[in-house]
Amino acid sequence: MTTSPSVRARPRRVGDAPVVRRSIIGIVLLISAIVLVAPIVIIFTKAFSSGIAAIGDSLMEPSTFHAIKLTVLTALVVVPINTMFGIAAAWAVTKFRFRGRAFLIVLIEIPFSVSPIVAGVAYLFVYGTQGLFGPALDYLDIKIMFTVPAIMLASLFVTAPFVARELIPLMQVQGTEQEEAAHSLGASGLATFMRVTLPNIKWALLYGVMLCNARVMGEFGAVSVVSGKIRGVTSTLPLQIELLYQDYNIAGSFAAAIVLAAIALATIAVKAVVEHYSPQPSSR
Amino acid sequence: MASSRVLPGFPLAMGVTLTYLSVIVLLPLFALVLKAASIDLETLVAIITSPRTLAAFKITVLTALGAAIFNGVYGLALAWVLVRYEFPGRRLLDTLIDVPFALPTAVAGLALTALFAENGWFGAPLASLGIWVAYTPLGIMIAMTFTSLPFVVRTVQPVLEDLGSDMEEAARSLGAGDARIIRSVIFPEVFPAFLAGVSLSFARNLGEFGAVVFIAGNLPFKTEIAALLTFIRLEEFEYPTAAVIATLMLLAAFLMLLAVNLAQAWHLRHVGRDS
Repeated sequence: MTTSPSVRARPRRVGDAPVVRRSIIGIVLLISAIVLVAPIVIIFTKAFSSGIAAIGDSLMEPSTFHAIKLTVLTALVVVPINTMFGIAAAWAVTKFRFRGRAFLIVLIEIPFSVSPIVAGVAYLFVYGTQGLFGPALDYLDIKIMFTVPAIMLASLFVTAPFVARELIPLMQVQGTEQEEAAHSLGASGLATFMRVTLPNIKWALLYGVMLCNARVMGEFGAVSVVSGKIRGVTSTLPLQIELLYQDYNIAGSFAAAIVLAAIALATIAVKAVVEHYSPQPSSR
Repeated sequence: MASSRVLPGFPLAMGVTLTYLSVIVLLPLFALVLKAASIDLETLVAIITSPRTLAAFKITVLTALGAAIFNGVYGLALAWVLVRYEFPGRRLLDTLIDVPFALPTAVAGLALTALFAENGWFGAPLASLGIWVAYTPLGIMIAMTFTSLPFVVRTVQPVLEDLGSDMEEAARSLGAGDARIIRSVIFPEVFPAFLAGVSLSFARNLGEFGAVVFIAGNLPFKTEIAALLTFIRLEEFEYPTAAVIATLMLLAAFLMLLAVNLAQAWHLRHVGRDS
């Protein structure tokens, strides 16, 4: 990418021949149009094909509206918790050196590699009747599985690494000098974080929070298992999409889908803006 | 090694991190493995060797591998195009690559099914050629391709950016041709990252559920993936079977995580910098 103007007769680089260049770009754009762009386009095309009023009606339909409320409620609980965790984890891992640090980073990323279905099953074996705490919960007459708290717990698992993943690479690069200077000048720990660290990481933090939010609202596999998919009770928006689809209410399912698609696109837009304005593109 | 013990908050941050990870992540995984471990050997063997389980694993591994290989080639080309060439829409394309990370899998599944169903935009012309996508393993592969699309691009892209042109120019001035430069300069630099990206993609594919269930049709022995079989066994209250399949999937995820970390460690050693 860096070409110095002084080099006039720059040697040809691999793949610079016009034929090669055009064909590679052409093939990549064609595949991208099919597998990446078309899925986004069809969601909006299908949803808007029956008109905006119809979308409104579909979304106001009681069970879908309930699913929207439940999804928002889940995000309101899960996102702040995982944001706190992400900041704490990134602080511990990037501002200090200790034995097992690399291992801790791997631990933080585990939920990212685990299938959401496995996560859901795992939670069932903790809080379900068959689970580790099953008998104790039974005795106390507390029911967690197939309730809203179960949806929140499973969502906490699945989206745990998202904020930390955005912060760790950035805070790693930024080092500790600024914080140490502030602290040695008498700033408290909290003041150091708020005045020195936060301004440096705010954009990555914003993207991390938005990505976490998009993933919480869109979580399907883990929530399928732990929610019991009780229509109008524990059905979140992604589950509602499936229920409507199975009912052959295709218009309804696409109406529900554009809500989530719009949130996803807004998240991506924030990332694009953040990368455009941050001096050092710090994508993962 | 800039060892910083000067800054405050280590006990608090570490305490929060470890407690949270233990309660939210490790406890459930421990409970799952415990459940699977409590099953006697005979039952365990019977569950694993049941034809339906084996078929589900075979379908999952093959489609996951197919999608990972496709994303390997496509992701490499995509990263190459984004780093090496200027063309209209480059920034937009770069941005759109992250869509599969943010778009809910159920939405992706719904969209892909609409596209590739018999009467869909792509499904109809393909069907007239005799190629059926929806409700076949090909459909599963397409769903997996979409959800794991960003991994290879995003691991290879920074390496290609760092590559610069010095080495390439040096090689060319020494008389190396394109093939030689690709083999001796570009490939060794990119390969570890490429391998890490493909492993990440494969790992994600093995566990994919939301996007696949819409497009797969979910026929036992034909288009039933391991994640779905786990789910079905749960609904049938066959908890031991669900525990065993889920534990095997967890094991596979850990193996892939190990592979990714080895590939990344190899890469770091290769470029000679310390994290």
